[in-house]
Order: sequence, then C-alpha cells, then structure tokens
Amino acid sequence: MTAGTSIYAKNLTKKFGNFTAVNTISFEVKKGEIFGFLGANGAGKTTAMRMLTGLLKPTSGEATVCGYNVFTHGEQIKKHIGYMSQRFSLYEDLTVAENIEFYGGIYGLRRNDIKQRSHELYDRIDLGHARNSLISAIPLGWRQKLAFMVSILHQPEIVFLDEPTGGVDPITRRQFWDLIYETANKGITVFVTTHYMDEAEYCGRVSIMTNGIIAAMGHPQELKQQYGVATMNEVFIKIARQ
Amino acid sequence: MRNIFIIVKKEIRQILRDKLMMLIIFVMPTLQLLILPLAATFEMKEIKMYVVDFDNSPTSRDLINKFSSSPFYNIVGSAYSHRQAEANIISNKADFVLEIPANMERELQTLGAAKVQFVVNAINGMVAGLINGYSTAIIADFNSEIRTELTGGKYTNQLRAPTYSYWFNPQLDYKTYMIPGILIMMVSIIGLFLTAMNMVREKEIGTIEQINVTPIRKYEFIIGKSLPFCLIGLVVLTLGLLLAMLIYDVPVLGSIWLIYGVAMVYLFAVLGIGLFISAISDTQQQAMFVAWFFVMIFILISGLFTPSESMPDWLKGINTVNPIYYGIKMIRMVMLKGASFYDILPELKAVAIYGVCAMSLAVRAYRKRV
Repeated sequence: MTAGTSIYAKNLTKKFGNFTAVNTISFEVKKGEIFGFLGANGAGKTTAMRMLTGLLKPTSGEATVCGYNVFTHGEQIKKHIGYMSQRFSLYEDLTVAENIEFYGGIYGLRRNDIKQRSHELYDRIDLGHARNSLISAIPLGWRQKLAFMVSILHQPEIVFLDEPTGGVDPITRRQFWDLIYETANKGITVFVTTHYMDEAEYCGRVSIMTNGIIAAMGHPQELKQQYGVATMNEVFIKIARQ
Repeated sequence: MRNIFIIVKKEIRQILRDKLMMLIIFVMPTLQLLILPLAATFEMKEIKMYVVDFDNSPTSRDLINKFSSSPFYNIVGSAYSHRQAEANIISNKADFVLEIPANMERELQTLGAAKVQFVVNAINGMVAGLINGYSTAIIADFNSEIRTELTGGKYTNQLRAPTYSYWFNPQLDYKTYMIPGILIMMVSIIGLFLTAMNMVREKEIGTIEQINVTPIRKYEFIIGKSLPFCLIGLVVLTLGLLLAMLIYDVPVLGSIWLIYGVAMVYLFAVLGIGLFISAISDTQQQAMFVAWFFVMIFILISGLFTPSESMPDWLKGINTVNPIYYGIKMIRMVMLKGASFYDILPELKAVAIYGVCAMSLAVRAYRKRV
C-alpha cells in the first residue's frame, strides 16, 4: 500500500452462511482515480461496496479505505466518503433545498458552507428554479444528478456510486459522467459500479467480477487488447462465458 | 447535539407535510375522546324488566312502582306465567324478571316476611351483578318503607341509613374515572404506532441506507427520531385535556405541570418501545402487527377498563413491565386525587427506568452495519 492509495483490499471475503458472495478479492485504487466495478447482477459488486463503505462487516481478509481499517474503524470511514446507493437516497417528501440542508448538516457543514455550496450545485446542474420543489416532483434524471451532487457536497476523499445511472436516459447519463470526471479532477476518488459496458469505457481502470471473484482488472484499452476485441461489451461477454 | 437537532428538523418537516398525519394527530384523538367515554360505561341504564305478579295486591303494585319509578328500569312487559317470562329472557327481550308469588301481601302481614324472585340474564356477569345490586337496593328501600307502615311508625327511628361520602369522585361519575385513562391510551397508541412505523418506513424506501453511511451516531438518530413524536404526544395530550375539561367537566386536581412532566417521562418509554419495534422489523406491516400485539395486551391488562387488582397474580406480574399500567395509575392519581410528585414517585421511577431500557434497546437494535 503506497501513499497515494485511497482504497486497498486484500483477500477481502464475505460469506452469508454457506454462500460466498465475495471471494478473496484484492485490488488497490489510487487517489483521484475513476475505478469501475463491473459485473453481472449478483456477481458481488454491491456486497463488496457495502464492505468498503462500512455498511457490512467482512468475513475475512483486510481492507483500508482512506487509511482506515474497515474492520475496526467503520465509523471513521463514513466521515471521509460519499455514497450514492442503488436505491433512491433523497427524501421524496422534502424539497431539494431541504435535502441539501439535511445531508450537509449531518456531515457537519456550517450553515454558510451549505448555502454557498448549494448555490454552486444549483448553478452546475441548473436546478436553481426547482430548489423549493419536492423531490417527488422532479424527473428521475435530475434526481440522480442531484443525489450525486449531494453525496459529494461535503467534499469527501472517495465517493462510492452504486449503479448510479440505472434507468436514466442516454443524454442524462452522458451529463452524469461529465459530473464524475469533474469530481475526479478535483482529486476525489470515484468508485463506481455499473453494468452498462459503454460506461466502463469512461473509467480509468475497471475490474470485472463474476461469481464473487475478480476475473479481470486493468485499463479498458488493455483489457480489450488482452481479449482481442473492440469493445468492453465483448470483453465482458468473453469473461462471463469462461 | 447538532445532529439531533438536524434530524428533529427533518422529521418535523416530513410530519407537517403529511396530511394524513395531521388527521391522525388531531382528528383521531378528538373522536376517541368523544366516543369512548360513552361506550366504556359502567352504569346500567335502561334495564329491560319483565314483571310476573301473581299476587296483584296493593303491596305488589307498590313494589312494581318502586322499580318503574327508578331511572334504571324500563318495564317492557308483564305476564302471569313463569315460562313466558323465561322465554323473554332467552330471546333477549328482557334482562331482568321480577316474580312476585301469590299471597305475598298476606304473608307479609301475617308472618312478617315474604319472598320475591329475581331472574337475571347473566350472559355478562358484570351487568348481571349491577342489576342484582340495584334491585336488592330497591327491595331494601321498600322493606324499610313497609316496616314503617306495618309497625305504625314504631321503628322508624331505629334503622338509620348510614351516610356515604365518596372520596375523589363524589358523584360516582364513571367518566371522571375513565377519561384520564383514555387520555393515556390515546397518547400511547399514537406514540407507539407512529414511531413503530417511522424508522421501518425509511428501511422500506431505502433512505436508511444513506443514513447508515453517514457519520451520524446511532443514539443521535434514535433520539432525533423520538423527540418530534414526544412533541406530538404532548399536543395530543393537550387536546385531550382541553376536551376532558370542557366537555366532560373532568377535574384536574393535581398540578398541570406534573401531568406534563409525567407525560414526557411516560412518552420516553412508549416511544422507546415503538422505535425498538421499528428497528427489529423489516416492513411496516410487521411493525404494525407487533405494535398491535403489545398495545392490545398492555391496554387490556392496564386497569383501564377492569381493575387490575382483581387479576391473577401472574398477570399482575406482567403489569410490572406494562408502561400503560403505570401511566394510567399516575394520571388518575394526579388528575383525580391531586397527587403530588412524591406520591407518584415509585411509578415515575419505574417508568423512567423503563424508558432508559427501551431507548437503549432501540439504539442497540438499530444496526448501521449488518
């Protein structure tokens, strides 16, 4: 583990009874990297991510996130990361501004910081006109962009995104990835799970999980060359068929 | 501290935005307080009485008049056949039959004693007991009258009825007795159900996962969740107290501050149970059924409707872990007897300990990490 490492995992394993959901996975993610975590449904992506975010206690192995051990310092990790879950994470019966105020407050942002950062947020995703709308009243694409912006409001070291673009139209997905690039450029590490293979092309490095193990890992370009195919989609299908 | 405040603010915003919640908070208690005291009556009015008078003498008619002039009895029919009277009891047309044997008057005058018979429909033992009690009282009254008459006033001064004075509820108005308990019941139901449904709702929607990755502490979350509902409980209590005083004229002898103090400690315990249920449930349905189970048992054994003193010992044992039992006992003491802080201290202590335990259990049961 080197100084520029933000996530480090070695032989990380999670068993549910007899079922091994994540089987001795090892990887490192560097600071400011966009790390794609790919895999079919049920491959163990979400379980792995939940262990790294302190939601789930690993069965064995070792892992550190932002330098904190996931076994012993789960609550410390939570101060330094952002998280956007697969399921919808904003309160639908609160307004845009109230959600921002709530999550900003929980991460200890001062009132003035919240005010200033929410203005930046409104400008960036063009949501100022809807600040007093209930979340339930704004379209899904906007909600997802907002959820992402809220998850990095406290300027975490790492942001974990669990299938952030599920069910979102291609244009919004493109805009979403613009936001991800900007975030990474600010030095925030992005750990993202997806099963859209075109999105995998946007990642700095990807790992592909099948049945709880990491079957392949590397830059998308390297992987395509290694498997002698033109797209990440084909890489994925080749690995899945093995 | 700041985190607790942030959660309270969020919860209150959500509650105020929920129109159904407003109905639950304001309309439900009002309706309960308007309906329940009238339904939970211990008085027996309109006793359906059937008369079988084989004697048909001036004395028997006097006796029947005595009954018919009582506000509790309503003579629905009369016959000269025992069987017909029984048929009326069986078909529920009568609750009570007074049978006067032939020659009652003559036996009274010659032997100095005579018998009459009561037949009481005892499907509901408590009602039957009441009817029997009222009827015996009327006969006793009648006895003293005819004794005066038969002895020519000779013994009038010998029997003097004792004077009664009923303490703490001089008019023996059952509403005075029931309403403080109903107030506690209302506050408990609202507090327990709303909290039991609250946290599990976040689980169902998925927002709890987002909360779980924040650095918020478990106790902050639980306390932040309970404070808004404590406030709601106190609003419901205020509404109830106002209705009790304005509509039913229930006296509040003790300190109003003590009532609110008791209510806060009590709510702390009830909300702890609610949040514990919410923390261990996966769906709102589960939480709902578990909450129902406890509320039903706790209310029925609490002494609200029936005196808990006459329950079997093991049931009394359960009452020592029944917050509603303590709550009702305390509020009756403070409202009706004007009990002071020191009078209710044992119960208050028990509820406070209960609250600390329930809240700790809720904090333990709420898992940020599985």
